[in-house]
Amino acid sequence: MPRLNSPTELEKLREEIKARRPPRPCISISSGTCGRARGSEAVITAFEEEIKKRGLKEEIDIKVTGCLGFCEKEPIILVHPDEICYLNAKPEDAAEIIQGIKDKKVVSRLLYTDPVTGEKIEHESEIPFYKRQLRIVLSLNKWIDPRNIEDYIIQGGYSALSKALFEMSSEQVLEEVKEANLRGRGGGGFPAGRKWKETKNAPGEPKYVIVNCDEGDPGAYMDRSLMEGNPHSVLEGLIIGAYAIGAHEGFIYVRQEYPLACENLNWAIKQAEEYGFLGENILGSGFNFRVKVHRGAGAFVSGESSALMSAVEGKAGEPRFKYIHTAVSGVKGRPSNLNNVETWATVPLIINKGADWFRSIGTEGSKGTKIFSLVGKVNNTGLVEVPMGMTLRQVIYDIGGGILKGKKFKAVQTGGPSGGVIPEQYLDTPVDFDELTKLGSMMGSGGMVVMDEDTCMVDVARYFVNFLCEESCGKCIPCREGLRLLRVILNDVCQGKGKEGDIEVIEEVAEVMAAASLCALGTTAANPVLSTLRYFRDEYEAHIKEKRCPAKFCKDLTSFYIQPEKCQACLICLRNCPAGAINGDKGLVHWIAQEKCSKCGICFEVCPPRFSAVVKLSGEPIPEPPPPGTKVIRKKEG
Amino acid sequence: MEEMIALEIDGKEVKAKEGMTILEAARGANIEIPTLCYHEKLKPYGACRICSVEAERGGRVRIVAACGYPVEGGLLVRTRSPKIDRIRKVIIELVAPLAMSDGGISGELRRLADEYGADIHRFESRLQVEPTRCILCGLCVRYCDEVMGGHAIGFMGRGIERRVVFFPERASRFCPTCHECYEVCPTGKIAAETDGSIFPKFSIDDFLSGKM
Repeated sequence: MPRLNSPTELEKLREEIKARRPPRPCISISSGTCGRARGSEAVITAFEEEIKKRGLKEEIDIKVTGCLGFCEKEPIILVHPDEICYLNAKPEDAAEIIQGIKDKKVVSRLLYTDPVTGEKIEHESEIPFYKRQLRIVLSLNKWIDPRNIEDYIIQGGYSALSKALFEMSSEQVLEEVKEANLRGRGGGGFPAGRKWKETKNAPGEPKYVIVNCDEGDPGAYMDRSLMEGNPHSVLEGLIIGAYAIGAHEGFIYVRQEYPLACENLNWAIKQAEEYGFLGENILGSGFNFRVKVHRGAGAFVSGESSALMSAVEGKAGEPRFKYIHTAVSGVKGRPSNLNNVETWATVPLIINKGADWFRSIGTEGSKGTKIFSLVGKVNNTGLVEVPMGMTLRQVIYDIGGGILKGKKFKAVQTGGPSGGVIPEQYLDTPVDFDELTKLGSMMGSGGMVVMDEDTCMVDVARYFVNFLCEESCGKCIPCREGLRLLRVILNDVCQGKGKEGDIEVIEEVAEVMAAASLCALGTTAANPVLSTLRYFRDEYEAHIKEKRCPAKFCKDLTSFYIQPEKCQACLICLRNCPAGAINGDKGLVHWIAQEKCSKCGICFEVCPPRFSAVVKLSGEPIPEPPPPGTKVIRKKEG
Repeated sequence: MEEMIALEIDGKEVKAKEGMTILEAARGANIEIPTLCYHEKLKPYGACRICSVEAERGGRVRIVAACGYPVEGGLLVRTRSPKIDRIRKVIIELVAPLAMSDGGISGELRRLADEYGADIHRFESRLQVEPTRCILCGLCVRYCDEVMGGHAIGFMGRGIERRVVFFPERASRFCPTCHECYEVCPTGKIAAETDGSIFPKFSIDDFLSGKM
């Protein structure tokens, strides 16, 4: 492919690709990391073989795309042009789907079934999970094979770059982004336009633009999905930003744990260079820009801007002072503008559609959409893109389909290890940067972990503190030693060894960590503890004072007990107990020898719901086992 | 003529050169700010946070590390306040178990513990850390890198697993004739562990066979 040398050549190419592609059915198969984990590669092979076998190569196309967001239903198959959506596709479905395309019939058994109405839904856009979303950043994923730049071009790709380079001055581009009030999607929510301007105006050359793809919050993966599924959108945003700022060199920091994102990104860079979107004299504009991929070495802390820049320089990913902003003194002491993947991918949309359009979506202080990873104890898990200002309740119930197994909602954790939990009384809070901060949590990069009544909030805090004990760089004392102490205390509390005064010690140490730590990881490291304390202090107190875990989750404070009057001596728990702790026989009531019980919970899980004889006890005495030879009281069936 | 910047530290007007840090400006005016990881020959590092001070500008108060914060005209600095004292006390209490030797601590850390009323045993039994005598200030690592050019000492591990290590290949060449790190180590750990005299001559083979 010869390099494109003008906007006209780009438009000509777009028309040419359209003309080259005959209108015929296309089967797109999602195969991002989540799709692959659920067997998409075998599905792709099955479709290819089926098409070959039937000699349909000239009649039906196959397209391998990135993640479509409805992760638990992956791999997802979309049959274009009608957008018939098949979920949880398996290799053995290939023949039936292809026959369906030939016969112009829908394979009803593979459609989404509405859990409430039982109705079969044909089109992706009508499935409740997708229906309430506003997919603008993720919208192209379903149309694009990330390794084929022409797929991106045919969807209007690089038109924003062409517009920026030829119809706008660099100042106008910057003003447009400022005007749009695009706030950083990586965590801080700092206005991107202001940051760009700071780098642009900072003295010193060269200037750098950088993509932060070190997403590492437990349960968050929206950046991975974008980088895997639509890498050109990130590249296009980055090149536009470089033009606005006056940078000719850029870095893309991708975490080591994202091999597919790295692969697809490298493809994208290579193709963008070939087509003339990267390198010297981009699209004949005279603007030059090159980009290097920097693979991380697996460190959460490298998502912090100064640590990331140290890593890009080849040093250990440890934060340094930011009293002089990295926008002014970043990589090698040069002005460096860092934004995360989602932020960069939003830029082409703003340039194409304008700041007014972008500002028409969202709330007063937070414009546009935000992608969330909706995970945890919720029915529909996946990536959810919604306008800012949608309430937590709408996200969790309307899109997420409510809590798993009809359990009671307890809290939603947002913002990852720097964020906090939000309890039920705030479910009607509109989700935006400022509202979540007010509640003691934060937007963060968009992780949303739903928790139900069985979740112990002290254990949640302990989980995040453990995570940070390993992921802090360990450089400064308040963060490193503060986390070490919090970990000990939270472990003690969960094990029933908490002491009076522990809560006060936690608060005292948390204050010092927040005030004196070197970087944002440290200053926010106590947030998971502080926010669970803020809303669930009673759970901490129950653990410490009554040695009781209200959620009956903490092993050391919970026992399993078989209610003799309900036990039907079915032998199921007895046979499944890995510790051999259950006594009893056919016709004889079962009982648990507490000293042998490892509290794995298997008996609780396997006891048939119609008996529900096994219960969890916490903070109360365990009743004596029934006298030997106690016979069951037969429950009348039906 | 270099531009002088006027700021206020603890109510006293202080003049400082542009590019100086709060710590340098304060020391120039004989105002004490405690430090543990600072060394005048080294780049500011900001690990111990004991030099935290309150810096007020435009009515906004921030807690900053004096060793790294550049002076600004009109900046109001408070080197002591109830909050600053609390921060320093807790930092000492958190780090003391690491610095422990024969049931106590010594040197500057001991002096600071007394000054800020820190109970050095407060978290000792709870934390159960190995009293390595190393508070991970990084002075040895940075002195070896920045001043001596030896690059023989480094950090290993992350988070609470962080520790200081000698790189055998480099250390076997540089250390026997240097020993400068003995002097910068605030707890005397390095001198003590290497017998206080000569760094043993060891080779990579000794290291791998466990002799070192």
